[in-house]
Amino acid sequence: MAEVSTGSTGATTGGGWTFAIRSYSDIARLWVRASLSYRTSFALMTVSGFLITGLDFVGLWLMFSHLTNLGGFSLIEIALLYGASSVGLRIADLLIGSVEQIGRHIRTGRLDQMLTKPVPLLVQVCADQFALRRFGQISQAVIVFTWGCFAVDWTPSRVLVAVLMVVSSGVIFFGLFVAFSCVQFWTTDSTEFANAFTYGGNTITQYPLSIYPAELTKGLTFLLPIAFVNWYPCLYLLGRDDPFDLPPWLQFCSPIAAAVVLGVAMLTWHHGVRHYTSTGS
Amino acid sequence: MLPLYAAVARRSFRRYSTYTAATLAGIFTNSVFGLIYSFAYLALWKESPDAGGYDKIDAVTFVWLGQALLMTVALWGGGTTDDLAERIRTGDVAIDLYRPTGLVGWYLAGDLGRAAYHLLTRGLGPTFIGLIFFHIKLPSSAVDAAAFAVSLVLAVVVSFGLRFLVACTAFWLLDASGPRFFSGAFAIFFSGMMLPLVLFPGWLGALAQALPWAAIIQVPNDVWLGQYDGWGLAGALCFQVLWVALLMGTCETVLRAATRKVVVQGG
Repeated sequence: MAEVSTGSTGATTGGGWTFAIRSYSDIARLWVRASLSYRTSFALMTVSGFLITGLDFVGLWLMFSHLTNLGGFSLIEIALLYGASSVGLRIADLLIGSVEQIGRHIRTGRLDQMLTKPVPLLVQVCADQFALRRFGQISQAVIVFTWGCFAVDWTPSRVLVAVLMVVSSGVIFFGLFVAFSCVQFWTTDSTEFANAFTYGGNTITQYPLSIYPAELTKGLTFLLPIAFVNWYPCLYLLGRDDPFDLPPWLQFCSPIAAAVVLGVAMLTWHHGVRHYTSTGS
Repeated sequence: MLPLYAAVARRSFRRYSTYTAATLAGIFTNSVFGLIYSFAYLALWKESPDAGGYDKIDAVTFVWLGQALLMTVALWGGGTTDDLAERIRTGDVAIDLYRPTGLVGWYLAGDLGRAAYHLLTRGLGPTFIGLIFFHIKLPSSAVDAAAFAVSLVLAVVVSFGLRFLVACTAFWLLDASGPRFFSGAFAIFFSGMMLPLVLFPGWLGALAQALPWAAIIQVPNDVWLGQYDGWGLAGALCFQVLWVALLMGTCETVLRAATRKVVVQGG
């Protein structure tokens, strides 16, 4: 089937991609229809997704009833940081968050079934349980981000950096979800391990990195480049000097960091799939 | 009756202890979040050194206790009440209902077994890490320590009561995951997990301190921190007992109403 669709659309690589995207949307549509069959539950989950993340920001706002600035940043500036990181995380979570469940697919033997189907494994795993309700969380992130944008004195180059920041943020979280879920090819019941890096990466970047020790910020720049989801581009957007005196060109490096994370994630995924041997049960 | 419940609790403890890798991964994740929130609170208390009547060591201790209690009290949901919700959806709950023991007691015993396992692993793990890296406070007296132990058990029961009611919505909705998410959102916000309730301003603070979620994280943490003494301590524990009584009563009432519903559906 993959061959047929590749042939019909012409270009070989482009065909592979369109086939992957079409399969993804087919599977996703099925899950959306399934989730709509429990209407009350679906509505409650969408609203509560908005509420959970919304209350999360209310928590920050309440902190500011005792503060004028946190780590040298005002509430609206923190909204910009928070929004940029959360929009990226939430979109990645909507599109491919289900990759976290890979350990369960291995335990139940469903991964073997998936391997026999003529759709790329990563597409099947990511589209599985596609949850439209996560739009509740995305909209909260977009609202906070939009508010944060009022802290910026816009110029054309800042618009460009902002767009690249949001795209890179999504790609970096996409990579983190995939790469750390691969750990489950080796230990199947460690879903939560990945949460430390995905949701943890989101939480750590919701605050200005100036509140952390310099070593931690350097680690988040050069070892696990989570700082690029918002911190460096936001320093540029807000026209601020780096509190840790790191080189200013880092502020333009988010797309490079995203490409590196994505590359490493794909390598890890392929390595994990090759390593995979069925539980045989 | 008691030996039966003890046996249920023991089995439940053993059931959760099968997943070692999951436990280690969980302790790791709790510790990462503990670290992040510790730095955030240190930044807050640096600007405002006596916010909410805590000093910065109290604040950091609050963070690590929260991480330690998160799974023990199953704040997000989870625990045996998730099994109940699933059994209601599939209809297996009919089997539970003709057991010669009460449904609430049966699931509560299982949940206490689970909580004991999570306390010894997911509770002690982050507490040790907080102790080593952030020098968190320990209870200052034997009375505080004993009161904390009592308070913790009451916190688990309050949390169980709320989760049981959420699971019971499955009798009407079939799928309880919507209410479960919803109540999880409230629990994180109103328990003090997101921000200590002592920092909530004005009427919101007063409201939050009176709701059942305060009995799950805020009260046990304050007992540990030694924020109460004498009658204040007794009052805090009474507050928890009150919510336990109210919630357990409501659980039984809801269950009676739901049972009629099951019979109508034919199980």
